Amino acid sequence: MVAATETAWAAASAVSDPELPPLTIADLGVLRGVEADASGRIIVRITPTYSGCPAMTVIQMEIETALDKVGIKNARVETELAPAWSSADISAEGRAKLAHMGIAPPPGPYASVTCPRCESAATEELSRFGATACKSLWRCTSCLEPFEAFKAL
Amino acid sequence: MSDPALFQYVLGLADDQLVLGHRLSQWTGRAPILEEELALGNIALDLIGQARRLYQYAGELEDADRDEDALAYHRDARGYLNLTLVEQPNGDFAQTIARQLFYTAMALPFWQAMTASTDQRLVALAAKAEKEVAYHLRHATEWTARLGDGTDESHRRMQAAINQLWEFTGELFEMNAAEAGLAAGSIAPDRKTLRISWDRTIDTTLSDATLTRPDDSWMAEGGRDGLHGEDLGHMLAEMQSLQRMHPGLSW
Repeated sequence: MVAATETAWAAASAVSDPELPPLTIADLGVLRGVEADASGRIIVRITPTYSGCPAMTVIQMEIETALDKVGIKNARVETELAPAWSSADISAEGRAKLAHMGIAPPPGPYASVTCPRCESAATEELSRFGATACKSLWRCTSCLEPFEAFKAL
Repeated sequence: MSDPALFQYVLGLADDQLVLGHRLSQWTGRAPILEEELALGNIALDLIGQARRLYQYAGELEDADRDEDALAYHRDARGYLNLTLVEQPNGDFAQTIARQLFYTAMALPFWQAMTASTDQRLVALAAKAEKEVAYHLRHATEWTARLGDGTDESHRRMQAAINQLWEFTGELFEMNAAEAGLAAGSIAPDRKTLRISWDRTIDTTLSDATLTRPDDSWMAEGGRDGLHGEDLGHMLAEMQSLQRMHPGLSW
């Protein structure tokens, strides 16, 4: 069943995050694994960024649709909590895409962040909570632009 | 049901997060500033997310065909096992912040301790919750300092909120026989041990905020036995109204 799991991985890893469409769930580290069980049924494992992330249901539906399109029927999507997702799970490509869309990639916990527009380190946090659970609000004191940052978790 | 004590315990924890999460969601459209609207909404979302995982686990433990929605929407106030602190009305903004401070100063060391549980489901939940709650605690301590060390008006209101809600803090460290049994079996954290960390957070925060720690006097209890004030019933009536009118309805 190696071929089926590889096809399934390719399809699942191309699914976009509904709140950050340029990033795939593989970029974010939300996609944990794709396996086949003893009967050959495909199991896709995903993990939430935050406990209450409202995008999980949509992500699950989109994985099922993506697999269906490549001929994989009745796949099962499982949500796992352990190990807890960390912002360090975002891939290098994912961090580059965040910066490109004007969202500062996550720093170490509680460290300062770099402005995604002018790359200045002179930034200040406006609010620890932003438009989605995974982002916070910042302002650059060099170019004066407000921006969002992906929170360290 | 294999373990009624564990079911009741997990259900009580789920109720804590749901009731507090729902209370915070009541600020939506009413918060003092936009950033605070987003902050309270995000904290509510984290708590309701934690509640969902806990209800799912409770449903599996009970093994009686009750899913997370059945547990959340089809129990009356008498069946809710949450701490009485979390059901207290939002009041003014200072009262909401005082409730957040008291609860979260307990919740952070609670989830940290839970990561050492012998129950792997609870360990996974705790590892997730611990990181989210660290953000919630910083939010609560910063607002307490801002209001306490702010204007005469904000200082007066923040101190009044601390005084008013103090009687609900004793219950944060109470354990009934079932929970004490789970703590002895290393499944649940011993709430008595959380007190040191809580006292330190509260004393430092109140002192930074130029606020006074109230003296301990009468303390409310009974939440874990389903004994609540009248406010919880009003909150549930609104929260559950749709599922009560149309049981099993889904979007």
